Amino acid sequence: MSTANTTTPPKMVDKGSSLWKDAWLRFKRGRVAMVMLWIVVIYAVVAMLVVTGALASNWNDAVGENMEYLAPSWQNPFGTDLFGRSVLQKTIYGAKVSLTVALFASMLSIAIGVPMGAIAGYFGGVVDEFVVWLYSTLSSIPHFLLILAFAFVLRDKLPGLSSVYLAMGLTSWVGLCRLIRGETLKHKNRDYVAAATAFGASKARVIFRHILPNVTHLILIDFSLRFVAFIHAEVILSYLGLGPKDGGSWGAMINDAKQELSRGCWWGLAAATVAIFLISLALNTVGDRMRDALDPKLRS
Amino acid sequence: MLAYIVRRLMYTVPIVCGVLLVTFVIFNLVPGDISRELAGKNASQETVAEIRAELGMDKPKFVNIQGMEDDGVLSVFDSQFFNHFKNALVFDFGRSLKSKENVSDLILRGAGPSLRLTIPIFIALLCSSLTISLLVAFMRGKAFDHIVLFLCVTGLSLPYLAIILFGQYFLAFKLQWFPISGYEPGWSGAKYVVLPAIIGVLAGLGGDVRFYRTVMLDEMKADYVRTAYAKGVATRRVLFVHVLKNAMIPVITRVVLAIPFLFLGSLLLERFFGIPGLGYLMIEAIGGRDFPVISGLTFIISILFVVGNLATDICYALVDPRISLK
Repeated sequence: MSTANTTTPPKMVDKGSSLWKDAWLRFKRGRVAMVMLWIVVIYAVVAMLVVTGALASNWNDAVGENMEYLAPSWQNPFGTDLFGRSVLQKTIYGAKVSLTVALFASMLSIAIGVPMGAIAGYFGGVVDEFVVWLYSTLSSIPHFLLILAFAFVLRDKLPGLSSVYLAMGLTSWVGLCRLIRGETLKHKNRDYVAAATAFGASKARVIFRHILPNVTHLILIDFSLRFVAFIHAEVILSYLGLGPKDGGSWGAMINDAKQELSRGCWWGLAAATVAIFLISLALNTVGDRMRDALDPKLRS
Repeated sequence: MLAYIVRRLMYTVPIVCGVLLVTFVIFNLVPGDISRELAGKNASQETVAEIRAELGMDKPKFVNIQGMEDDGVLSVFDSQFFNHFKNALVFDFGRSLKSKENVSDLILRGAGPSLRLTIPIFIALLCSSLTISLLVAFMRGKAFDHIVLFLCVTGLSLPYLAIILFGQYFLAFKLQWFPISGYEPGWSGAKYVVLPAIIGVLAGLGGDVRFYRTVMLDEMKADYVRTAYAKGVATRRVLFVHVLKNAMIPVITRVVLAIPFLFLGSLLLERFFGIPGLGYLMIEAIGGRDFPVISGLTFIISILFVVGNLATDICYALVDPRISLK
């Protein structure tokens, strides 16, 4: 019977593995990178638990009367700070603040940088010139001064964390935009784009459904490294008094350490430093490994 | 060649205008009315109006339609934006809200102390990171390479502020190897610069070595390296003469673009070690909501950056005649 053959089409070619599957297989081979990936996951879970209120919900209360500047002990594994708060609780709560700020700032810079870069690269002409002018201008202003300026003026207008991540996100899309523009320029002359256009795909479809998926890996790599930069920027903003307002971040802890160190109390600084160090190391390593796994140029 | 330089120069005009526009929008539109804050709580209506007039805030934001009707067509430019533009071009940023000194004078005075700290850091960092990255690139894939790379990532992952705090606490306060903070002009003040300089170099090493290593590795794969080895050139000569020379373009780019930031100094190092440079000035200005100082400093550093960029591009064109502006 010939119908039996047509209902289940014969497997003619091996589909091969996709870029992502391929990359994941390569990524998995690095044992260090896998450990680092788990560290990132643990941080994310802890931050999530803090958001739901399951962890560190009373980080801002002193652990008891006259409990300031206590060294690490069994009751208070990381010691207490200048107000008698538990350093462990503060560190855990700080994970939520720092990761939220870094996440929103990264998403904001992706949301601005990627479409602008893709549109500038694809359309060229006046649009391109405008976008290039905009990012050349912004990148002429020292990046950190720009963040400071934004944080400074937004702080009075906006509540909570939003002034911090807006200041970072609105100023940090330049590098990504330049990268995506360059990639789009390369891709737009390729055959698959010509084919999509010939099939009658709209310009928006060509940009967002055909070209962008081919540069997603670059966005992901950029994201992991940018995230670290934002965590570090939060520390400096907090030191300058421009950080999150409720004072519960790793940056605020390091800032408190200025006072604590003069009393010989180093554990607050140590806890915040280790917390930042671990997540940065993990993200840096994962980012590097991801670049090796995803970037075809480096494949040997 | 001349045509290229002229075109490249023309290209900086829109960028400078853009910088002016951005600084204007950030500092003059967003913060609202600072005159009331300046005048103090119990100031009369007249005092506030006087301050507003002194700061030019009584004028319209962008175009002065009223002025055009009263005093002729050219008065259309008598607005806050065009005055900001005009003043910035002659480096007149007004007076500091706190000390009442000219912002340009403050900036000139702060540049010296900043450079005293940043130039040693810059030179030490450049020499050490180039040497280390050459060695690492030469021993790529070996244990030394892995260890250095790991140290680089470690250095990049430590928060800068924590490095400064730990360094100052242990090396200056506990061990008393260095003075805790201070500043003195002349050679006798050199002792104050040593610890911040060491911290600055250590903090910058991770990123620089990693960047230069990639550059060097790219060069090591080139054909001319194989040819040099084949004709019997000594390894040391291949590394330090052949590879280093060819790696110069990316190195120069990074180096020249870092120069404007030398003037700004290191915000945090200056603050912690009490060095009265531009970084210190900036942090003070942020704490005191001193808008003219912040906006003047931001503009000056941006202009230096634009000039640095221009200089790099012209150098490229001088070195490599194939480069031209499309």
